[in-house]
Amino acid sequence: MIKKVKITVFILALIPLLRLLWLASANGLGANPVEFVIRSLGTWTLVMLLMTLAMTPLRLLANVSWPIQIRRMLGLFTFFYACLHLLAYAGLDQWFDWIAISKDIVKHPYVLVGFSAFLLLIPLAITSSNAMIKRLGYHWKTLHRAIYLIGVLAVVHYWWLVKKDIREPLLYAMVLVFLLGIRIAHQKRSRARVGTLPDAPVAVTTDLQHAVANNINGL
Amino acid sequence: MARPTIPHIPSSEITPRTVYDGRRDFLKAAGFGLVSGAAIMSGLLPSASHAAQITRQKIERFGKTPYGQEETLTLYEDVTTYNNFYEFGTGKSDPAANAGLLKPHPWTVSIEGQIKKPKTITIEELLRLAPLEERIYRMRCVEGWSMVIPWVGFPLAELIKWAEPTGNAKFVEFVTLNNPMMMPGQNLAVLDWPYTEGLRMDEAMHLLTLLAVGLYGEVLPNQNGAPVRLVVPWKYGFKGIKSIVKIRFTEQMPVSAWMKANSREYGFYSNVNPAVDHPRWSQATERRIGDGLFARRRKTLMFNGYAEQVGQLYTGMDLRKYF
Repeated sequence: MIKKVKITVFILALIPLLRLLWLASANGLGANPVEFVIRSLGTWTLVMLLMTLAMTPLRLLANVSWPIQIRRMLGLFTFFYACLHLLAYAGLDQWFDWIAISKDIVKHPYVLVGFSAFLLLIPLAITSSNAMIKRLGYHWKTLHRAIYLIGVLAVVHYWWLVKKDIREPLLYAMVLVFLLGIRIAHQKRSRARVGTLPDAPVAVTTDLQHAVANNINGL
Repeated sequence: MARPTIPHIPSSEITPRTVYDGRRDFLKAAGFGLVSGAAIMSGLLPSASHAAQITRQKIERFGKTPYGQEETLTLYEDVTTYNNFYEFGTGKSDPAANAGLLKPHPWTVSIEGQIKKPKTITIEELLRLAPLEERIYRMRCVEGWSMVIPWVGFPLAELIKWAEPTGNAKFVEFVTLNNPMMMPGQNLAVLDWPYTEGLRMDEAMHLLTLLAVGLYGEVLPNQNGAPVRLVVPWKYGFKGIKSIVKIRFTEQMPVSAWMKANSREYGFYSNVNPAVDHPRWSQATERRIGDGLFARRRKTLMFNGYAEQVGQLYTGMDLRKYF
């Protein structure tokens, strides 16, 4: 069952890329193809990121475990689209002019924020294997909390890029606030239940179990 | 003298009132915000357009000029589908999709302020004010892309001479139509409607400054600012105000819609200047529409390459301060 879910999600997550390749071959990228490709990859990075962040709330609300088992894949797709987004910017737009790129990063806050989000994603991608989860133990959870900050940076990156009409970035921001809000509400509730004990270790255990189970099921 | 014919829209092209109203109701019901909000998903799905079919109308007579003969024109399709015209939505393809609601005929432009006598001029009269000519200009958008467009129009100076401004007229202010029925983007306060722009008198009188009524030898498509718009090739594209209904001569420097929206990022002059960056992005280079996916950005030229003609307008001015 979970294997079928995983294969389905894997194929679905590739559609945005396949669509871009199809449009590129069919001359369908519009008047400003470079902008189209960069924006599209950026949008899908953000969508993947929010979907990754939606898995824990989904588990909490629906009381099912499969969301956690596809969470890593979605996280890695976030990194995958972030890499493509950055590559499209550096290659198609800047022609790998490293001086221009570094100036752009230093001088322009929205670029800096986006680039920081990308840098923060790297350690998360590297430590996504089961071996690393085991090796890092308790610290794995702490490290991977960086995804909340990455989410905020990614939305800010989009927000600061927009000229005037902030409706779309606002929509992403609201989804992010909602997804983080569920976590906070849940934590408050479980803290109240446990009393003075912090609930974090409990969460770690279950997440670790799921993460390991994730590997046993494999893709 | 060339006498351009005014396009007569056949009655078959006019949207029946019931259909029009129905469309309005749909827009209201769906909520323009929601429609655009769905644009996030429209990344995947082609969006259904509620544009009325607009027939392309040739302009009968206009003179050729040497302006921009050496340039490669941006494709008609790109010029008419990749637009910033927030009155029809903030997406680049929104104007082409929604501008069918605009009725550029009948149309009058009122001329007021520091002039001998306030006047109104119909679009038909305006077209007979001076011989039409074609000029190929580069257009550089403040967002960092550019096009080459063969405009048809006449120098704004001709209209100003006809308007007879007084000695007090130091600036010219332009105002776009304010009508959310025809411009659904105005239902949303993205900018403080109506859109306004302004020029200093010497800029307005400069022979490069054009009142355009057409492009590619045809009547201006609605999404490009029908029936009459401003083209100031050495300034960022947003200075080229579209669908003008009012021209006012003033003593004080007018405040443009973009200055109102964000005075830190958009100044009155807004001359193309590769040395002065937008606070959020570089203006040193630009992407020429039509160059394709694997083309390098081009270097942006001072005053968009028109420095020889307009540089003297700004001698002694600190262009960093007066951006």
